[in-house]
Amino acid sequence: MNRQPLIAHIPALRRYARALTGDAWACDDLVQDTLERACAKWRLWLAGSDLRAWLFTIMHNLYVSQIRHRMRQGDLASPLDLAELDQEPAAPVSSTDSAIDLQRCLLRLPEEQRVVLLLVTLEDLSYAEVAKITGVPLGTVMSRLSRARSRLQELMDASASKPARGTAAAESAVPPLRRLK
Amino acid sequence: MDKRPDHPVHEEELHALLDGRLDAGERADIERRLAQDPQASATLQAWQRQRDALRSLHGDVLTEPVPASLLAAAGQVQHTRQQLQQWWRWGGVAAGVALAFGLGWFTHGQVQVSAGSQLARQQPAREFVHQAALAHAVYAPEVRHPVEVSSAQEEHLVQWLSKRLGRPLKLPRLSEQGYELVGGRLLPGDEGARAQFMYQNARGERVTLYLGSTPGGVGVPGVSTEFRYSAEGPVPGFYWVDEGFAYALSGALTRPQLLQLAQAVHHQL
Repeated sequence: MNRQPLIAHIPALRRYARALTGDAWACDDLVQDTLERACAKWRLWLAGSDLRAWLFTIMHNLYVSQIRHRMRQGDLASPLDLAELDQEPAAPVSSTDSAIDLQRCLLRLPEEQRVVLLLVTLEDLSYAEVAKITGVPLGTVMSRLSRARSRLQELMDASASKPARGTAAAESAVPPLRRLK
Repeated sequence: MDKRPDHPVHEEELHALLDGRLDAGERADIERRLAQDPQASATLQAWQRQRDALRSLHGDVLTEPVPASLLAAAGQVQHTRQQLQQWWRWGGVAAGVALAFGLGWFTHGQVQVSAGSQLARQQPAREFVHQAALAHAVYAPEVRHPVEVSSAQEEHLVQWLSKRLGRPLKLPRLSEQGYELVGGRLLPGDEGARAQFMYQNARGERVTLYLGSTPGGVGVPGVSTEFRYSAEGPVPGFYWVDEGFAYALSGALTRPQLLQLAQAVHHQL
C-alpha cells in the first residue's frame, strides 16, 4: 500500500470538482477538504475496496453539505430560466468561449442532475456505482441522467441560437423520446 | 432486451449505448433499430456531442501539475495510513493509546510513569523540530517558488492557513528585527496540516516559522513550554509550545539571533 494510488486520483477529483463548481478556487478547496476528510476517516475505508468510489462519495457528501449550508444562508442563486438567457451577453464564438458557455449551462442544471451527469460522463462510473455514491436508488439516477441530458441540450441550443431571441429554445430542442420512467 | 424488429428505441437504451454499458450484441441490436428511427438517432448524436464536449471541458486539469497543497493533503492521508498500520503491528489501537498516556500508569511505580510519558512527549517534539528544519532547508533556498501564497495576498494567506490548521492564525511581524514576510505554505504533519511562514531580511537571509498542532497528542489547550534550542537538523532553531500549539523558528543564524526572533514571535502570538 503506497501513496501513489491516492495521488493518482487527484487529477480526476479536480476535474470533476471543477466542472461541478465551475470555479478553480472552490474546486481545489473541495478536493482539499475531501483529502482531509479521507485522512480523518481512513479507518472506515475497507482495504481492497474501490478507493476512487470512496473518494468520490466523500466529495459528494461534502459538496451536498456545502450546498445545504449555502442554501440556508440564502446566497445560492436559483437556477436561471431559459428566458433569462436573453438578458445575457451575445453568444460567444471561440472554443474557449464555447467551453465557458458549456460550463455556464452546466451550472444552470439542478445540482442533483449535474452530479449524476458528470459522474457518468467524466468518470465512466456505472449507474449502480453512481447510485451508491449519491445515495439514491438506481431509478432516480436514471431519471436524473435523462433530465440532465435533455435540459443541458436545451440550454446549449438556446445559448447557441441566442440572436434569434426567445424562439430558439422551443424550436431547436430535440423532441423528447418515449420514456420508460 | 426486446428483439422485435420494429421495437422503438427507448431512452434508457440510448443512455446505456452512449455510456458504453452494453455488450456487442445489445449494441448491434440498438444500432439496427436506430437506423429506422431518425428521431432517436438525432437525440443520440446530440448527446454524443454533449458528452464529448463535457469530457474535453476541463481536460487540461487532468494533465496539469497537482497543486502542492493537495499533494501535502494526500501525504497526510498516507501518513495516517502508515500510523494505523503501525498501530496494528503493535497490537491494536489500545497499545497506541496506552503509550501516549504513559506505559507505567496501570502497572508499577512512579519511575516508569515519568519514563513512559517523557518518551511519548520528547520523541514527537524532536520529530516536529526536525521537520521544521527540513522544511526550512527545502524551501528557504527556493528562488522562484519559496512560498505558495505570497505576502501580497496576506489576508488570503492567513485565512487559508487558518482554515487548514483548524484555528485562527496570527501573522507575526518581524520588521523591527529587519525581516519582512515573503509568504507561506501548507505542509503535511503528523497530527494534521502544518504551516510555514517565511521571512527575509535586506541581505536575503531567510528564517521560517513552522507551526502546527502539538506533537504526540500529549498537548492540551493551556499547555505551554519554554523555548528549546535544537541544532540537530540541517539548520538550528528554537521550539516552543503555546496553548497546545507548537512553533519552531528555524534559520541559519546564531543562537542569540534566533532566540531574539523567537521571542519576538512569541510575544505577538
